[in-house]
Order: sequence, then C-alpha cells, then structure tokens
Amino acid sequence: MAGWFDLVRVKFIADFVKDNRWRYIVNGLGVTLEVTVFAVLIGIVLGFLVASIRSAHEKTGKLKLANAVCKAYLTVVRGTPVLVQLLIIYFVIFGSMPVNKVIVAIIAFGINSGAYVAEIVRSGILSVDPGQMEAGRSLGFNYMGTMRFIVMPQALKNVLPALGNELIVLLKETSVSGYIALQDLTKGGDIIRGRTYDAFMPLVAVALIYLAIVVGLSKCVALLERRLRSSDH
Amino acid sequence: MTTDTLIRVENLKKHFGDLEALRGVSLEITKGEVLVIIGPSGSGKSTLLRCLNLLELPTAGKILFEGQDIAAPKVNINAYRMKMGMVFQQFNLFPHMTVLKNMTIAPIRLLKKTREEAEEKAMALLKRVGLSDRADAYPSQLSGGQKQRIAIVRALCMDPDVMLFDEPTSALDPEMVGEVLEVMRELALEGRTMAVVTHEMGFAREVGTSLLFMDQGQIVEKGKPADLFDHPQNPRTREFLSKVL
Ligand SMILES: Nc1ncnc2c1ncn2[C@@H]1O[C@H](COP(=O)(O)OP(=O)(O)O)[C@@H](O)[C@H]1O
Ligand SMILES: [Mg+2]
Repeated sequence: MAGWFDLVRVKFIADFVKDNRWRYIVNGLGVTLEVTVFAVLIGIVLGFLVASIRSAHEKTGKLKLANAVCKAYLTVVRGTPVLVQLLIIYFVIFGSMPVNKVIVAIIAFGINSGAYVAEIVRSGILSVDPGQMEAGRSLGFNYMGTMRFIVMPQALKNVLPALGNELIVLLKETSVSGYIALQDLTKGGDIIRGRTYDAFMPLVAVALIYLAIVVGLSKCVALLERRLRSSDH
Repeated sequence: MTTDTLIRVENLKKHFGDLEALRGVSLEITKGEVLVIIGPSGSGKSTLLRCLNLLELPTAGKILFEGQDIAAPKVNINAYRMKMGMVFQQFNLFPHMTVLKNMTIAPIRLLKKTREEAEEKAMALLKRVGLSDRADAYPSQLSGGQKQRIAIVRALCMDPDVMLFDEPTSALDPEMVGEVLEVMRELALEGRTMAVVTHEMGFAREVGTSLLFMDQGQIVEKGKPADLFDHPQNPRTREFLSKVL
C-alpha cells in the first residue's frame, strides 16, 4: 500500500511539479476557454445574422442572394468535420501568413458554431406565435422592427438553453486544436505525456477538468431552463 | 365617393392557391360608421378584414384609403397600418412586455412620442377601461377579458382612424364577453370608425350602423342591421340568421 502511494507521488511530481509542468495544464485551460468564449461570440453574431436573413427571405421573398450564400454556408459547415475546417483555415487560408494560432482557432470554431447557432435561432423564431408578427405589423412596425422588438426577444428566450448546450459542445470540440499545434488543454496534457511517458495522470487530469466545466455549465443551463419555464415573461 | 368615405374596396379578390377566399368584394366604410360583418365560418370575413390592412395581399382589386390605393406597389404600407388599429381573436399581446410597455412601444418607436407622453396617454386609456391597476402586469397574469381590453387600448394608443375587430370575443369565456363588448360600444358612441367581424348578433343590431352578410367569399346582402335581421331578402341570409338568432 505504501509502495503504491509512493509511486503515485513520484508520478505526480514528475507529471505536474517538475519543471513547473502544471503550467501546460493551466495555460492550456486558459487557451481552451479563450478560444471557446470568443468562438461562441462569433458564432452567436454569425448565427443571428444568418437566421435573420433566412427568416426574412422565407417571409418576404427578398434577400435572394444573401439567402443563397447562407444556405451554402450552412451546408458546407454542417457537412464537413470541424477538424477538417480548422486544418483548411490554418493551412490553406492562412497558409503562408504568420498568424496567431489562437485567432485562427477562434475564427474556425466561430464559423463552425455560427452554422449551428443559426439553426437554433431559426427554430426559436419559428417557435414564436405568428400572431406576434401580425400584431407588430398591424401596429405599423416594419418587418425588421417587429423582429427586433417583438419576435427576437421571445425567440431568444426560447433558445437560451439550446445556446448553452452549443457552448458545451463547442468547448469539447476545441480539443482538436492540437492539430494546428495550438497548446490548448488537451494538447497541454499530451505534451506532459510526451515528457514523462506517463499517460494516465495527465490525460485523466485533462478529462476531469473538461468534465468539471461541462457539469458546471450543464447545471447552469438546467437552472436557466427551470427559471425560464416558471416565468412567462 | 363622398368626402366622408374613409375606405373604399373595389372588386377585391383573394386566392389561396386554388381556393377563392374572396370573389370580388366591394364596399365602403364612411367616417363614424360601425360596419358589422357576419357570415358562416370560412366565408372570408377574416380574409376581408386582413386585406384591409394588407396582412393578406389581395390577388386583385383596389383598396382606397382616403382615396389612395394602398394595395398598389411601392406604397409605404407601414404608414397606413398606423392609421388602422387591429384587434385579433387571440389578443396577440406581447408576452415579454408589461401592459404599459405593450401600449407604449409603438407610439414611442413609430410616432416618436416621448415616454412620458406615451405613458400618460396609455394610463388615461387604461383608466377608461378600468384597468389602471394592471399597468405593470404581464399578459400571462390577465384574464381573457382583460387581455382583450388591453389589446383594444393598445391599438387606440396609435390614434387610428379606423379600428378593425376580428371576432374579438370568440376566444373568451362567456362571462367575459360583456366587458369587451361594452368597451367597443363606448368606442362606437364616441364616433369611432369601426369594422367588426362578430357572431354577437345583439351587438350587431344595437351598435352596428350597417351590416354585411358574407358567404363563400362574397357579400350576399347588406343594409341597416334592423332591416337585415327583421327582413332578410336573400335565402342564404335567412338560413344563416335562422341558425344563429
Ligand atoms: N393563409 C391561408 N392559407 C390558405 N387558406 C386560407 C388562409 N386563410 C384563410 N384561408 C381559407 O380561406 C377561406 C376563408 O377564410 P376566413 O377568411 O378565415 O373565413 P372566416 O373568417 O369567415 O371564417 C377558408 O376556406 C379558409 O380555409
Ligand atoms: Mg375568421
């Protein structure tokens, strides 16, 4: 028993303490959170834009070209793996430019997330009673004004939990960032594994950190859902 | 067309695919008139009313509002909609806003009134319909009759030239019908121009200044309410009235 404890202690020291290796984990976590948060912000902006264009086109028949662009975007992004998108954006689009990898990852995951957010928001818009649009228009609001003041606030409320889930999915998806040699949380654990030849501790540590964040976020989403359901406004 | 004509509809047609919901409707609404529209379900009453403020786009025909054809292309319909208040069967209050916000958002955003002006007017209207104490309530906290009274005063906040009512009491529990009809009766007494689709025959007879009977997308008969109720000329009118009276 004592021997086992000693072994764990030695491995722990080698994995995390020696040469300040814990920094790979902490810095990696920082990168992961940075990429996730900014990507989701880009995703929300893009998603709202695309959803608005698509809904406006369906309702009014205008914005034909913009709608076609949006449809192509949705098809391509949702039809290819996020890792392939990341690699293409890094090696093909930014191929010859010296560029911060964090920014590349934010752009790639933001563009990817936007497609999923767009569909979430669109379903939210569709979930709002059509009578709301009619009431807004009958008061004299134009289409955009009715969307902004009357439909969108209700749509957003309906999809807030789904947007929270998208954040959780995105957090986990950023773990492929190592493919462009970005030192995120996953890559940090993997670097330690390479140094110490101990796979168990660094990788389990990484997994536990993801798990803790995801469980925490899921709790928040569940709480939010309950709050929203209990209030009609 | 006299100068008293507010709305004039000429040979209005509306098709939904193969279905002809309106087959050439012509009518006139003069200022101060309370036009009541009755008819069986599916006869095109809602479609007619919704065409008047272009919630439905007519397939053919003209809608002249103060002489201007609003169904013509390039007309700014939003400006005309501000002059036509609409009250729906399902109330369609904005659930994420308080009663006061429901009533003031359009005057503030569209008529560029200050918040104080808009709220002052809204509170005065709330007082008239006996709902001053509900200004800060949300629609989900109101009864059906209260919701519909709010929907009516919300439309009135825009100072419309005409009010359109599409079966305003049909979604209400019977005990709440009276309070809504009472508000509408007062508006009529004030001289408001109104077009009302309803199944409330008592209201139609007492408050209406003219009555339209519609069937299968056409106006079958029109006249003074008392004449139409007591001496219907058309057999279809007679049959309908025998069922509802
Ligand atoms: N948006 C629509 N799409 C297709 N058909 C419709 C639509 N709105 C109404 N209709 C049809 O048009 C006819 C007239 O409907 P409506 O004006 O609602 O009648 P009413 O209000 O007199 O009951 C009905 O046959 C109805 O099914
Ligand atoms: Mg109807």
